[in-house]
Amino acid sequence: MTTLDSSKEIQNNKSEVSENHEDFRMFGLVTFLIADGMTFAGFFAAYLTYKAVNPLPEGAIYELELPIPTLNTILLLVSSATFHKAGKALLKDKNSDSQKWLILTAFLGIIFLICQLFEYFHLPFGLTDNLFASTFYALTGFHGLHVTLGTLMILIISWQTRLNTGRITSKNMFPLEAVELYWHFVDGIWVILFIILYLL
Amino acid sequence: MTISIDQQKENNKSLQPNGWLRYFSFSLDHKVIGIQYLVCGFLFYLIGGTLASAIRIELASPMSDFLPRDVYNQFLTLHGTIMIFLWIVPVVNGAFGNYLIPFYVGARDMAFPRLNAVAFWLIPPSGLMLIASYFVEGAAQSGWTAYPPLSITTPQSGQIIWIISVLLLGGSSIFGGINFIATIIKLRRPGLKLMQLPMYCWAMLGTSLLVVLSTPVLAGTLILLSFDIVAHTGFFNPVLGGNVVVYQHLFWFYSHPAVYIMVLPAFGLVSEILPVHSRKPLFGYKTMVFSIMGIVVLGLVVWAHHMFTSGTPPWMRLFFTIATSFIAVPTGIKFFNWVATLWGGKISVNSAMLFSCGFIINFVFGGITGVALAQVPFDIHVHDTYFVVAHFHYIVYGGTVFIIFSSIYHWFPKVTGKMLGEKLGILHFAITFIGFNLCFAPQHWLGLNGMPRRVAEYDPQFEFVNQISSIGALLMAISTIPFLVNIFLSVRNGKDSGDNPWNALTPEWLTSSPPPVENWEGEAPLVEEPYGYGDPFFGENKKI
Repeated sequence: MTTLDSSKEIQNNKSEVSENHEDFRMFGLVTFLIADGMTFAGFFAAYLTYKAVNPLPEGAIYELELPIPTLNTILLLVSSATFHKAGKALLKDKNSDSQKWLILTAFLGIIFLICQLFEYFHLPFGLTDNLFASTFYALTGFHGLHVTLGTLMILIISWQTRLNTGRITSKNMFPLEAVELYWHFVDGIWVILFIILYLL
Repeated sequence: MTISIDQQKENNKSLQPNGWLRYFSFSLDHKVIGIQYLVCGFLFYLIGGTLASAIRIELASPMSDFLPRDVYNQFLTLHGTIMIFLWIVPVVNGAFGNYLIPFYVGARDMAFPRLNAVAFWLIPPSGLMLIASYFVEGAAQSGWTAYPPLSITTPQSGQIIWIISVLLLGGSSIFGGINFIATIIKLRRPGLKLMQLPMYCWAMLGTSLLVVLSTPVLAGTLILLSFDIVAHTGFFNPVLGGNVVVYQHLFWFYSHPAVYIMVLPAFGLVSEILPVHSRKPLFGYKTMVFSIMGIVVLGLVVWAHHMFTSGTPPWMRLFFTIATSFIAVPTGIKFFNWVATLWGGKISVNSAMLFSCGFIINFVFGGITGVALAQVPFDIHVHDTYFVVAHFHYIVYGGTVFIIFSSIYHWFPKVTGKMLGEKLGILHFAITFIGFNLCFAPQHWLGLNGMPRRVAEYDPQFEFVNQISSIGALLMAISTIPFLVNIFLSVRNGKDSGDNPWNALTPEWLTSSPPPVENWEGEAPLVEEPYGYGDPFFGENKKI
C-alpha cells in the first residue's frame, strides 16, 4: 500500500508543479515523417532523372504488369479505411471492435507484402539487370520495408488494445493515432510510387 | 505511510549516478547530454586534428615520404569525416543546442529527452567504428564526398563501414533536429513570443529545418551507393549504365545545406556572445531572424555550385550562380549587424570576445572567397584546387571552430561555476589565430597557381608555400595545449564565477551556476528583452 500511496501522491504533485503543455508527440512524429518523406523524394528524384537522361541499353526489359500493383493499391487504400474504423471504435470505448479492425488492417498489410513478393518472383528482370530494374527494386523494397514495420506496429498496438492495462484506451489514443498517421503516410507514398513507377 | 516529495527527490537522486559517473550514463538531463556531446566531440577533434597534422607533415615535402599514398588518402577521408560528422555538427548543434535551448525557451528539458539520449549514444559507437575501419582493412579512401566511381573501385570494407557510420550519424542528427524543432515550437514558456527568443533559438530552428529536410536525402543516396558496392547494381556506376552526376546532385543536396548546418548555429552563438561582452543590444534583431530564414531557404537551392565542372548545362550554371550570389545578401546583413553591435559598445577584451572577433574576420574572408567561387569562370579555374580547401577551412575552422572555442570560454562558468583563466585563454587565441591564418591563407595562392587538392605529391615549385602552411598547422596543433591546460587548471582550482559573471541577460544566466537538475528552483523567468543592455528601460533583469 505504501508504494501505491506515495506514487499517487507524486503523480498529483507532478500535475500541480509541472507546466502543462499540449501534447507535442504528434508534432514530433509529423516532423519525422517529413524527414522520412524526403528520403523517398530523393529516390523519386533519382528515378525520374535516370528516366530522363539515362536511356536503357537495347533489348532491356522494363515492362511491368499492372494487375498486381493495382490490387496492392486497392489493398492499401482499404487498409487505411479499416485503420480509421479502428480509431473510431476505440473512441467509443469498443476495444474489442477496435482490435478486430486493427487485425484486419494488419492482415491487408500482410497480403500486400505477399503480393509484392509474388510480383518480385515473377518479374522478368533481377536486381542487377539494368538501371530501371535496380531503381524499381530499391524503391519498392524501401517502401516494402516501411509496410513491414507498419504491420508489426499494428500487431503490437492491436495486442495492447486488447490488454486492459490502460496502454491504449479512448483517453490515451496516442499510440494508435501515431501508427495510424504512419500507415496513412506509407499509403500515400505508395500511391505516388504507383503513379511514378507503373503509370508514367 | 507517505513519503514527502523532498524525500522522494532525494531517493531519485540517489538512484541516478552522481558526479562524473553521470556523464557515462544514459542520462536524460539535457545539460548532461550537452556536455556529453561536447566532450565526445572534442575527443574526436583531437583525433581529427592529429590526422590533419600528419597530412600537413606529409605535404611539407613534394614527394610522399612520410605517409604511403593510400594511407594519405585514408587519413584525408577520416580527417574530413571526423571533423564534419563527429566534431562540428554534433558540437555546434548537439552540445550547445542541448545545453542552451531548454533555458532559452524556458523549459525544464528537451521535448523528447529519451530520443535525445539515443541521438547522443549513436555517436560514440559509430565514431569508433569509423576509426576502427583503418585498422581492419584500411579506411575509406574516396574523401568525405565518396564520389563514385572512386568509392566503388577503392577497397570495399572501409567504404562500407564509412557508409554505415555516416548513416548512423545522420540518424543521430535527424533525431536531434526533430527534438530541437519540437522544443522551440512547442515547449516555449507561456507568454514567451517567438520574436523574443534569443538568436541562437532561431539559428537552431533554421538549422534543424535543414537537417530534417536534407539529411534523409543523403541517407537514401548512401543506401543506393552501398547497393552499388555490395550488390553490384549500377546506380552510380557508368560501366553498368548508371549516372555519377545523379550521385553528385543527391549528395550535394545534403552537403551544401550541411555547410549551413555547421555555420548557422555558430551565427546564433556569436549573436549571444557579442552583445554580452560589448554591453549593447544585438543590432537588428528582426533582420537577423529574416536573414537566418533566408539562408535556410536559399541554402536548399544552391547545391549544384559544387558541380560546375560536372557537365552541368548552362541554364543550371546560371541559376545556381545567381542563387549562390544571393546568399551573400543575408550573410552580409548578419555580418554588418555584428559589426554594428560592436560599434560604440563597451567592449571587454577577453578570450570569448577575441575568438568571436577572430570569427568575424575569418568568416568575412571565407565569405568573400565563397562569392568568388560561385562565379562559373572563376570556379572552373580553381575547381578541386587548394583554393577550395582554403575557402571552406576559413568557413568551418575560422568560422565555426573559433565560435566553439569562444562559446566554451563564455559558458564555462555556467557549466562549472568556475572561470576559465584569461591569460592562457588569450595565449590560446593568439596561437590559434596566427596558426590558422598562416596555415590557410597561403593555400589561396597555391590553389590559384593550380595545386590540386587531395593528392599526396605535388609540383616542387610549391614546396616553400606548403612548408609555411605546415608550420601554421603545427601552431594550430600546439594551440590546443594551453587550452587543455587551462581547462584542467580551472576545473581544479579556478576562481569562483558566481551565478552571472558576465552580467548577461539571457535566461540561462538567471539561475544558479552550475544550474540545478530541472534548471530553475521555481518557475522559469520570462525574459522579454534578452539583449536589453544599455537601455534604461530594460537595465534590470526581469524576473517573475
